[in-house]
Amino acid sequence: MIGASGPSHEEMIGRLVGDLRPVRRTRPPLVDTLLWTSAVAAFALVLTPRVNFDALAARLTAAPDMWLALAGSLVTMVLATIAAFMLGLPDRDPRWALAPLPGLALWLGASGLGCLRAGLEAFGPIPTHEIIDCFAFIVGFSVPLSGLMLLLRRRAYSLRPTLNAAIAGLAASAAAASLLTLVHPFDATVLDLGVHFIAVGVVVVSNGIASRRFGGA
Amino acid sequence: MDAVTNTGISREAEAEDLRLRALMRSAQDGDRVAYEDLLKACLPRIRRRLQRRGVDPDLVDDTIQDVLLTIHRARQTYDPSRPFAVWLAMITDRRAIDAARRHHRHAMHEVSSPDAYETHVDDSGDPQPFVTTNAIDRIRGSIAELPAAQRDAVERLSLRQQSLTEASQETGRSVGSLKVNLHRGLKALRALLNPEGRS
Repeated sequence: MIGASGPSHEEMIGRLVGDLRPVRRTRPPLVDTLLWTSAVAAFALVLTPRVNFDALAARLTAAPDMWLALAGSLVTMVLATIAAFMLGLPDRDPRWALAPLPGLALWLGASGLGCLRAGLEAFGPIPTHEIIDCFAFIVGFSVPLSGLMLLLRRRAYSLRPTLNAAIAGLAASAAAASLLTLVHPFDATVLDLGVHFIAVGVVVVSNGIASRRFGGA
Repeated sequence: MDAVTNTGISREAEAEDLRLRALMRSAQDGDRVAYEDLLKACLPRIRRRLQRRGVDPDLVDDTIQDVLLTIHRARQTYDPSRPFAVWLAMITDRRAIDAARRHHRHAMHEVSSPDAYETHVDDSGDPQPFVTTNAIDRIRGSIAELPAAQRDAVERLSLRQQSLTEASQETGRSVGSLKVNLHRGLKALRALLNPEGRS
């Protein structure tokens, strides 16, 4: 029996039963992952007219670590997407939250290698508009991708809503950073890399904060 | 001895899980009778699990209600092809952790000040008796209506002015648990003595 100020378990069950409505079950996480990554692929197709394929191919051939950095951001995107949908189901292992780490390590490591290879040029001047463009691109693409993730997760129920939203933000920003490589196939300088990861951080933290303020379990 | 399947789960437990899966599937389709049966069947399981997880006995009932509410809000996430027991256990464990965190935060923000009444004297100097005999009877009656743990905390800490350490030693309850019970007891007393919520 609960204290004097709360309902008994029987009363609580009565209220919940009275409130029962039929529900549609959540889709399997891998189906949602496929739907969301298809949307990212659609964004990539939309960007195709803006891609200079010759410059991209030349750059990726000359700098193998750029391949690795791109592979890292793509692996992070896929693993973070699966993790975000898995964590929306209470009976899935919470260690799914760790799944994006290998991709993230590859992404950060390869990007760091790019900086080292660029050497002194790493500290060379970068036009301010380029920095702003990169930041705006990552944040700008992350917003609709986060929105789509939210739409696909609307029937999910996470027991760790803030962590879940942050991982969804990581998936969205990793996707945006991967798309950025298509239109911005340059070596990552320290400043460039810093801007990219600040943008990723902004998206991850914003998703986490938004989940605390506007929803969650 | 239960017959054990190759997954290490007794046949009875597996049969019971299949029954609960079927009830949950019906509940997802809007069957209220099945839902009521399911929630009632969950109650002892949740209680046992919370006790095994070491949840403070005074927090168990509140945590059970948190779990019931979570089951209700998350019911669409249950996949009937997977074990119901695991789904329920994960929710129960998470709510047990939440309860322990809330309890810890609450205990950290409360300060015991037995001398507060003596050090903060009423400036009005009103010579009238603080409470009338009638009021004393009402208060006594209301205290008697409190659940045992809350009544004990109110009597020891508020009426007999025992320190938290003394009360803890005599009752075997933790200091945090006594604080929570005192807080709830006083809140319930306010509600009982002032049912219309006037201040």
